[in-house]
Amino acid sequence: MSVMKRVSMMFRAKANKALDRMEDPRETLDYSYQTQLELLQKVRRGVADVATSRKRVELQINQLQQSSDKLDRQARDALAVGREDLARDALTRKAGVQSQLNDLNVQYTSLQGEEEKLTGASQRLQAKVDAFRTKKETIKATYTAAEAQTRINEAFTGISEEMGDVGLAIQRAEDKTEQMKARASAIDELMASGALDDMVGGPRDDIQAELDRMGAGSGVEAELERLKGELGQGSAPRQIEGAGSDADGAAADRAGTVTDGLPTQASPADQPRAGDGA
Amino acid sequence: MIVRILGEGQLAVDDSAASELNELDAKLEAAVERNDEPGFRSALAELLTQVRTLGKPVEPGALDTSELILPAEGATIAEVRQLLTGDGLLPG
Repeated sequence: MSVMKRVSMMFRAKANKALDRMEDPRETLDYSYQTQLELLQKVRRGVADVATSRKRVELQINQLQQSSDKLDRQARDALAVGREDLARDALTRKAGVQSQLNDLNVQYTSLQGEEEKLTGASQRLQAKVDAFRTKKETIKATYTAAEAQTRINEAFTGISEEMGDVGLAIQRAEDKTEQMKARASAIDELMASGALDDMVGGPRDDIQAELDRMGAGSGVEAELERLKGELGQGSAPRQIEGAGSDADGAAADRAGTVTDGLPTQASPADQPRAGDGA
Repeated sequence: MIVRILGEGQLAVDDSAASELNELDAKLEAAVERNDEPGFRSALAELLTQVRTLGKPVEPGALDTSELILPAEGATIAEVRQLLTGDGLLPG
């Protein structure tokens, strides 16, 4: 028999079974309405849970993206100072981070889809619950218990199908959220344990340390050359640099002379400029 | 007739479309029996597309039961088997 037909019969059978358990038809209405309100609460909590999970994944995506950008910068810096080995190292780590990122992006999209579906389910259920409430009051006011039976059965079966559908949607969303939570925790643990630190940077970022060391090293060399120049031991280019500094000093002196008329005001303005020039 | 797509809601489809939908549904059923997941996926996708194209959304406040209920998009054979045994259904 047709799949679609059989599924619909299963939903109906479920509703009939629930109806059979109720003795007083009017009681059915109130009891069912309570169940509907509970399910509405549940589906709203479901939406909030999925949203929380999605935000957590979003946070991790942002963190990993920053790491990826940083490794990219490091690779450029390393290449700029001729350290291809370091650049390769940084790019290898970036590839690792990127693969985690791709995985997280897939999860993010999937959670977003679940969130949309559950939100829709919640809205549809809300509309049916509202309709049921109105119908329930009409039935109670207008019909005797015996007369009401058929109408109650119709209303109950109708909303029961929606509830079954929403129930399935919640289950699916819960399953997905659980999976995501487990994966998100695994990534958080990886980050906390430092296993990703090597990729991500942070306290044990050896690529940055090496680049910093080289940066500091060249600074020291330059300083050394400058000092040698001042003492007349340096090479010719360094002496030219030293001469440049003298020229700046002379300019500052001239500026001082121009503002001689206003000594108290001129001095503070002059000082930093002379300092900049040195 | 009213057709429900699980996870999407109810659609009103003209009765004249019944034979066409039944044909597609037969494909779906055959795929479930063969345990042919790719065949199932394509048959389900085809069926869903057709129902969405032919159907008009039912007013959300209506309390009508559906004549036909279709698995949600992306459902697996295992999930459909659960539906058919009633295992996956919450008490309504």
